[in-house]
Amino acid sequence: MSRGERAARREAREAHEARERNRLPARAARAYEAIIDTLNTGTLWLRVRAMRATLSIVGVAIGIATVVLVASLPASSQAALEERLTALGADVLRIDPVQTSTELQKLPTDSLPRLARVGPVRSVFVAANLHVDVQRNDRQRAADNALVAMAVAGDFSTVLRSQLLQGSWVEGVRPSVVLGSEAARRLGIPRLPSSATSIEIEGIPFTVVGILEPTELAVDMQSAVFMSWEAAHEWLEFDGQPTVAYVTAFEDSIREVRPVLAATIAPDKPGGVQVSQPSGVLAAKETSRTTFDGLFLALALVALTVGGIGIANTMFASILERRRDIGLRRALGARRLDISSQFLVEASALCAAGGVLGSLAGAGLSAVWAIGHDWPVVIPPVVVLGAIAASLATGVIAGLAPSVRAARLDPASALSLE
Amino acid sequence: MTALELDSVMRMFAPDIVALDDVSFAIDQGEFLGIIGPSGSGKSTLLNIMGMLDSPNRGTVIVDGRETRGLSDRELTGIRATSLGFIFQGFHLDDGLTAAENVCTGLLYAGVPRKARSAIAAEALARVGLIDRMHHRPQQLSGGQRQRVAIARAIAKRPALLLADEPTGALDSKNGEQIIELLKSLNDEGVTIAIITHDSALAARLPRTLTLSDGKLVSDVRVPTPALERL
Repeated sequence: MSRGERAARREAREAHEARERNRLPARAARAYEAIIDTLNTGTLWLRVRAMRATLSIVGVAIGIATVVLVASLPASSQAALEERLTALGADVLRIDPVQTSTELQKLPTDSLPRLARVGPVRSVFVAANLHVDVQRNDRQRAADNALVAMAVAGDFSTVLRSQLLQGSWVEGVRPSVVLGSEAARRLGIPRLPSSATSIEIEGIPFTVVGILEPTELAVDMQSAVFMSWEAAHEWLEFDGQPTVAYVTAFEDSIREVRPVLAATIAPDKPGGVQVSQPSGVLAAKETSRTTFDGLFLALALVALTVGGIGIANTMFASILERRRDIGLRRALGARRLDISSQFLVEASALCAAGGVLGSLAGAGLSAVWAIGHDWPVVIPPVVVLGAIAASLATGVIAGLAPSVRAARLDPASALSLE
Repeated sequence: MTALELDSVMRMFAPDIVALDDVSFAIDQGEFLGIIGPSGSGKSTLLNIMGMLDSPNRGTVIVDGRETRGLSDRELTGIRATSLGFIFQGFHLDDGLTAAENVCTGLLYAGVPRKARSAIAAEALARVGLIDRMHHRPQQLSGGQRQRVAIARAIAKRPALLLADEPTGALDSKNGEQIIELLKSLNDEGVTIAIITHDSALAARLPRTLTLSDGKLVSDVRVPTPALERL
């Protein structure tokens, strides 16, 4: 092969490669144009018939909004329920000595450190009913005698979700008390006066240093006055044995920790203490979640199906109305595929717009409803995205049959309609 | 050169309903002819077959040198998109689009690149004398102007054959005359035009007239110096 031939071959090869290189972008450009044309034609009717399109979109949006609403509201109400259940102490366990006629009507003196050592336990407090007389003062008795004085140690306010309405918590050996909300009412001290005030316990004046807000968890605690463990020792000859203990543990380990507590506090005689769950609601909580999920999933599916049927109906009506346009496009050279894509894009665009609008409306309504009911606003993103995706899928499914029908329309008879 | 040829075409819709019976004729490029006949004579069926919107039961149709028998829908629409232009009595414009956009619709399926469409549409509208109305919507135009837009849409892709179905049927005589003049001038530029009409006075002015009766082609008359030449 001569040098000239080799050069000619190389040139031919390079030219061929250059042509191949150019072919790909040209194809891509044509494909891009075809996609843009299809999207343009598919959304043309929606753009030029804005009012009609808007009404169709609103129809879809109502369906999707219902889906989002029925799927979000349970989430909000569930969150509200969970918040309430947690507020009521779904993670709180109460330990009482079993009341027998013979022995162990109190808990061991080292109950607090023992309970604190249990792994999943987050906080502990122990209390002891001192069985002493509580009075406003020597001249003025409390409204009734049901007030109890309790010595407390540990993390009282965390466990019982109880906040101080006023003042400070008791500490040290000083004779001071904090009043439960009901005790404060009965003692006639609903608010802390500006000057120091005191009540009498076993004839000893105790300064009132704080008043608690009501606690839903342990209603019996509301009618108690609380003093520190040390003060009870110092002033009331307290023996140091709690009569009740409360712990909080991680919610998902409540079941496991429950039997451990009895063995921890009374290793020799676990049957001597009973562990209860004040709220007693964990089971109810789990049941309610399952019930909500099933019911609302069914409702959402019904709403989506109704929305889909509405879209298919709109598309069929639209095809009947636009037979002449379909005939004209066929006469202008539109393939069946062009016509079916046009209607499929139209149905999908209609539904996508309805899906976005409906999701926003559903989320908004759900938020308004939740706020109105004092629930936390919970709109799971998966619900919103899922609703839009489901709407788009519904559009494709609902648009499929009408688009095939449009493509099969006989152009000659479609055009003859005047 | 032949723009369209029909050979022994037969179309029936039921064993006893024969819309076209053994129709044969050819249209050369650059011709301007009318197809007339009373209602029910088969004019519309013939237009549909000439425009490949319908297929004959028997016989052959050759458009722009290609026989249409056995072609797929894709191939037929390909020929329709590039070689045929349609003008309808009722204009068939999209009221939601401007004149220019309506003309662009005619280019959409002809494989004309997006960037070129606006310029071609403007050129076609200029050709029918509506360049100053290109951004008007159909409802802002008179009947005659609407038909001009439809003509611009049909000629924009430079088809081998322009098929017009009663193009003046919905217009008053003055506007109708202007449309015929426009078609004549397009024909002078080389566009092949076939008009289907029941207006025998109009057909008589054309260089060639085919007459249909009961689905049969009963006459094919060529006039050496038609009335239109004297416009």
